[in-house]
Amino acid sequence: MLRFIARRLLEAIPVMLIIITGTFFMQRFVPGGPFTAEKAVTPEVLRNLQAYYHLNDPLWKQYLDYVYDLCPKKFHPLELTHGLDLKAAFGIDFRPSFKYPNRTVNEIIADKLPVSLELGAWSLLVALCFGLPLGILAAVKRNSWLDYLCSSLAMSGICVPTFVLGPLLVLFFAIYLGWFNASGWYSPIDRVLPCLTLGNFYAAYIARLTRGGMIEVLNQDYIRTARAKGATEFRVVMKHAVRGGLLPVVSFLGPAIAGILTGSFVIETIFQIPGLGREFVNSAFNRDYTMVLGTVILYAGFIVIFNLIVDVVQVWLNPKLKFD
Amino acid sequence: MLSLSPQSLPQTIAPSVAIEKGNSLWKDAWQRLKKNRLAVAGGIFVIFLFLLYFFGPFFCQHYEDQNLDLGASSPSLNHLLGTDTLGRDLLARLIYGGRISLTVGLIATCVALLIGVTYGAIAGFAGGKIDTVMMRIVDIMYALPFTIFVILLMVFFGRNIFLLFFAIGAVEWLTMARIVRGQVLSIKKMEFIEAARALGFGNRRIIFRHIIPNVLGPVIVYTTLTIPSVMLLEAFLSFLGLGVQRPMSSLGTLIKDGADSMEEYWWLLMYPAAFFSLTLVSLNFLGDGLRDALDVRTSKD
Repeated sequence: MLRFIARRLLEAIPVMLIIITGTFFMQRFVPGGPFTAEKAVTPEVLRNLQAYYHLNDPLWKQYLDYVYDLCPKKFHPLELTHGLDLKAAFGIDFRPSFKYPNRTVNEIIADKLPVSLELGAWSLLVALCFGLPLGILAAVKRNSWLDYLCSSLAMSGICVPTFVLGPLLVLFFAIYLGWFNASGWYSPIDRVLPCLTLGNFYAAYIARLTRGGMIEVLNQDYIRTARAKGATEFRVVMKHAVRGGLLPVVSFLGPAIAGILTGSFVIETIFQIPGLGREFVNSAFNRDYTMVLGTVILYAGFIVIFNLIVDVVQVWLNPKLKFD
Repeated sequence: MLSLSPQSLPQTIAPSVAIEKGNSLWKDAWQRLKKNRLAVAGGIFVIFLFLLYFFGPFFCQHYEDQNLDLGASSPSLNHLLGTDTLGRDLLARLIYGGRISLTVGLIATCVALLIGVTYGAIAGFAGGKIDTVMMRIVDIMYALPFTIFVILLMVFFGRNIFLLFFAIGAVEWLTMARIVRGQVLSIKKMEFIEAARALGFGNRRIIFRHIIPNVLGPVIVYTTLTIPSVMLLEAFLSFLGLGVQRPMSSLGTLIKDGADSMEEYWWLLMYPAAFFSLTLVSLNFLGDGLRDALDVRTSKD
């Protein structure tokens, strides 16, 4: 088990390096830079700026310096409790931002990430709370009207994407009915519409996967055995079948969490939420080199970690898969 | 009798007992598909959309024709779905935008198909170490945050539509490669391939005559299901302002424009949104129906 995790973490290092290298050089080889836009700066200012960001060094040196700054150098996870400073906790330094010269990327991330994480967590909760019961219900009452209802709900959830559902919900619940604010992220009630919007698609997908997985499991011999032993239907479904039936859902959750994080770009734009997703898109437009790299690395790190967790949970659910 | 007329031929050699005709896989699948009402409805709607996108422009006004005096007007007899703030007919813009969205969907899917099938077939047919390495690469690429890369590509390298095809196609081929590889791997071990080998057929004949026809089912199913997901990605990018650029419009840009002015002009959001969702629903129903009809297992490998 520990060996499995250690090996996966080791494998993640080249993946992260590919991502960092790719993003770093892609940004640099593209025409235009962080200082070409808007008002032109005087040559002296430009020279100072370039010196400040070490842009005069040869590219390979800039790259190696940057990678060195990124390497974790210490391990004090408890530091994370005083604000999300990755530099204090692990010695990961994302450097100052190009767009906001007096702020570091670490500070911006510490500022914006909690918002995106909260949005993602609530959305995931919405997805699971709606998706799992709908899927299980559809599988147990297979081919009844209940199944058709759940399945068509799931299909419509998949085909009404977030950027359609979001504006429609705002139009109806915020503008016509006036129950919620159309945008903003202040009071708890502001969380409702964005999280419903983002969670909807994943709820639909989870419902479909649950239904498929449960139907397959419910046809297996050990379920018949459980019934023959006289277990109640509730016990058969909730104890015996769910464990195997949720396997497809669990393997979907890894990419889904990544999707929820990236999906928040659109949600944060629609609802004017001050999260990391919007910051990422803006930073790409502004050629904010360090900010783009910082967010990309952060997202990639999340994906790697969640995929690992998913793999571990999968083995726990299905002892047939041993860590190979 | 030097010339045998076609009419005379069957009479001379027709057997007295009619041989029972077997059904091919495709005929069976077609019969099953016809029974699935949702899939048939989806298919009909998809055909209707194709006709609308191709022939619609002949029957309505040009999508760029402005009428500034009219401005945004609600649906009426002159403009069935209303007009936008510049007085442009929404139906014409929808037809034109849908055309672009569908084109992006089809071409990007073709790109994904080309890369995915080639890659998967090579990995599956080669087997052994080559297969392990190639699939390991796919696994690693699955872990990359691709949406982010597409966004970066679109921001950095100007937003032209050809890059869009390439970028989306480059994202969507991974699953296709996995499916084809799994299929090839299992077919390769079957007895009829062994029989073909025993008959002395070359690799090329085995690949083209025996393996490819058997991989076709899953590929068709997955292609039908890839088109809507490509359209979704395109609309997602267009909504962020990174996809199709003005003066062209896709369904995504129309939804974006509609969302910006939905407080005053509801129809500018509702119709594009409904159109888009209906397209996705019908493509998905068709794909699901095909999957059931061709009896393709949905498992990942």
